[in-house]
Amino acid sequence: MSTQLTTPTDRGSAEALARSKGEPEWLVALRGEAAELAGTIEWPKPEKVRIERWNLTAVGSYAASTPAGSLTELPSVVQELVSEGTENLIVQRNSGTAWRQLSAELAAKGVIFTDLETACKEHSELVQPHLFQAVKKDEDKLTALNAALWNGGVFVYVPKNVEVELPLQSILFNDNADATFAPHILIVADSNSRVTYVDCVVTDNSAVSSPFVHPSVVEVFVKPGALVRFGSVHSMGESGVDMTLRRAVVENDGRVEWIIGDLNDGNTLSDTKSIMKGQGSTSDVKVISVGKNAQQMSLTTQAVHFGKSSDSNMITRAVMKDSASAIINGITKIEHGATKANGVQTEKVLMLSSKARGDANPILLIDEDDVTAGHAASVGQVNPEQVYYLMSRGISKSDAERLIIHGFLAPVVSEISVEAVRTQLQRLLERKLEG
Amino acid sequence: MATQFVIDGLKAEIEGKEILKGINLEIKGGEIHAIMGPNGTGKSTLASALMGHPKYEVTEGSATLDGEDLLEMEVDERARAGLFLAMQYPSEIPGVTNSDFLRSAINARREEGSEISLIKFIRQMEGKMKELEMNPEFAHRYLNEGFSGGEKKRNEILQMMLLDPKIVVLDEIDSGLDIDALRIVANGVNAMRNEDRGFLIITHYQRLLNYITPDFVHVMMQGRIVKSGGPELAQRLENEGYDWVKEELGIVDETVGQA
Repeated sequence: MSTQLTTPTDRGSAEALARSKGEPEWLVALRGEAAELAGTIEWPKPEKVRIERWNLTAVGSYAASTPAGSLTELPSVVQELVSEGTENLIVQRNSGTAWRQLSAELAAKGVIFTDLETACKEHSELVQPHLFQAVKKDEDKLTALNAALWNGGVFVYVPKNVEVELPLQSILFNDNADATFAPHILIVADSNSRVTYVDCVVTDNSAVSSPFVHPSVVEVFVKPGALVRFGSVHSMGESGVDMTLRRAVVENDGRVEWIIGDLNDGNTLSDTKSIMKGQGSTSDVKVISVGKNAQQMSLTTQAVHFGKSSDSNMITRAVMKDSASAIINGITKIEHGATKANGVQTEKVLMLSSKARGDANPILLIDEDDVTAGHAASVGQVNPEQVYYLMSRGISKSDAERLIIHGFLAPVVSEISVEAVRTQLQRLLERKLEG
Repeated sequence: MATQFVIDGLKAEIEGKEILKGINLEIKGGEIHAIMGPNGTGKSTLASALMGHPKYEVTEGSATLDGEDLLEMEVDERARAGLFLAMQYPSEIPGVTNSDFLRSAINARREEGSEISLIKFIRQMEGKMKELEMNPEFAHRYLNEGFSGGEKKRNEILQMMLLDPKIVVLDEIDSGLDIDALRIVANGVNAMRNEDRGFLIITHYQRLLNYITPDFVHVMMQGRIVKSGGPELAQRLENEGYDWVKEELGIVDETVGQA
């Protein structure tokens, strides 16, 4: 049994680990500063969820990982997630990269798709100006911890005017609760490029039963006129705590589309934010979640408008079973000067048991007059009239409820344009709803 | 065995208020019965109580279909036993497409492993939709969501046609229908008329009965069937209204359970 410290790292050990991995000096310094910060600043404080009651210290320790010789060496839970015939795949196992593959065609176009550790060594000039710029390391203990400890990770760079047709896929999984599992994903889409990135974050539940924490940060930079589609499904084990911050900075006429499936079995803090810096920049966020047992979740979507005529749309739909609870926050912030901006958000929770809890908190913060904004929120239980109607056609009660639940999520799921994400999400949704 | 549907001494209440005060009715396969009566006399309560709406509580009596007591069954079991209720106010189910719903309903009647094939299902559904002059896009719309009143009613008849029930209860199927839709709905019902199937048509207008000729007409007041006859009874009600029935039976207030 290892000793659980309130701050699971310090400057000395973070720097030593970074040096032992041969990381560049700028990164060693960043990690050292972050480790020190992690000891002094507080955990994030989401609305109405006391995450300090969660087991946040089980970050484990770094465990060097060996690359897999072939995909068949990976656990079946991972293999079944691999998109058929994909040539662009990164797999992270616990603290490090187990697999990476990029098609010759994309490499020839200058696309970089590799683990972030490698990218820091080989593409410092592209990584350094972006890493911990959308999310600052000193925001809270979570960001500091990720900065100090992050490992493996993913780096995507798409050069100017390059369009990547097929989704780049990564699978991040843990099968050792004692190993630090703290990915950092960094995507830089240069001017007028297009790219779709999809990932799944899962636990091999046959190997993990003790507590672990997954402190994860995603940063996306959308340069002028670029389009980034980011799809992510998290389905980690019950003993884990998932804390994931995602943030995009969108420049003139750029667009980011987030599709998030928060389907973990453990406590979850998920915060997805688009900062629309540029004129005409746009953002679309779709979040789907299912909670069961005594799971607690804090699901936040945020849109911050700086750019004139910027546009955002955010949708969160969650189904809460058993005594699960979800606090769902939607924050649309329109800054002074962002004239003609438009921000819309919707949060809906369907509760399947009288013990389940769902809170929807739509927040509009508007410092500009010449804008449009809207919000809608609803929290409710399965309507007995609907169940009666379906049953009157011979459909059993359990099938009727299943249809209604799927129907509740369908308008969001069916809108997902990236087929790979839609399929994965549907499969994992099914599993969680049935389970 | 020919279909036999027997309602015997049925009493039901809603929120503690008795609405049905002893209904007796027998419907055989091939027969069409109409229940008529002013508003508030318990007609729709009869339909809902037979189907098993959770708000209605049956306090006495039985309703058997081919010897099986429906009232002992859950709502879905009643449907699978052969009862179909075309509802006055069908629910809207967002996110569930009409075709997914219809296929689930058909497959609920089949053993696991012998589900209807997609192609066969689509052929059946499209055939029936055509008969009902429904726009094919309604197959892909979410169930009843944003349907007009008339579209919902047509969709009820579509379900009836695909589910092939033994006993069909039509609860105010004619309300909110224009004359064309009324004709289409009536044609749908007439096409389903056969020796194995019985119908109970609940309405307060005679006009539907111009298109569907009933074998028996019953008048409901104060939660009971107070008068029965043949099609000529409906005609007389259309011409003269209900007052003569009330007079004949000495009824002052025909309604039931009204505050």
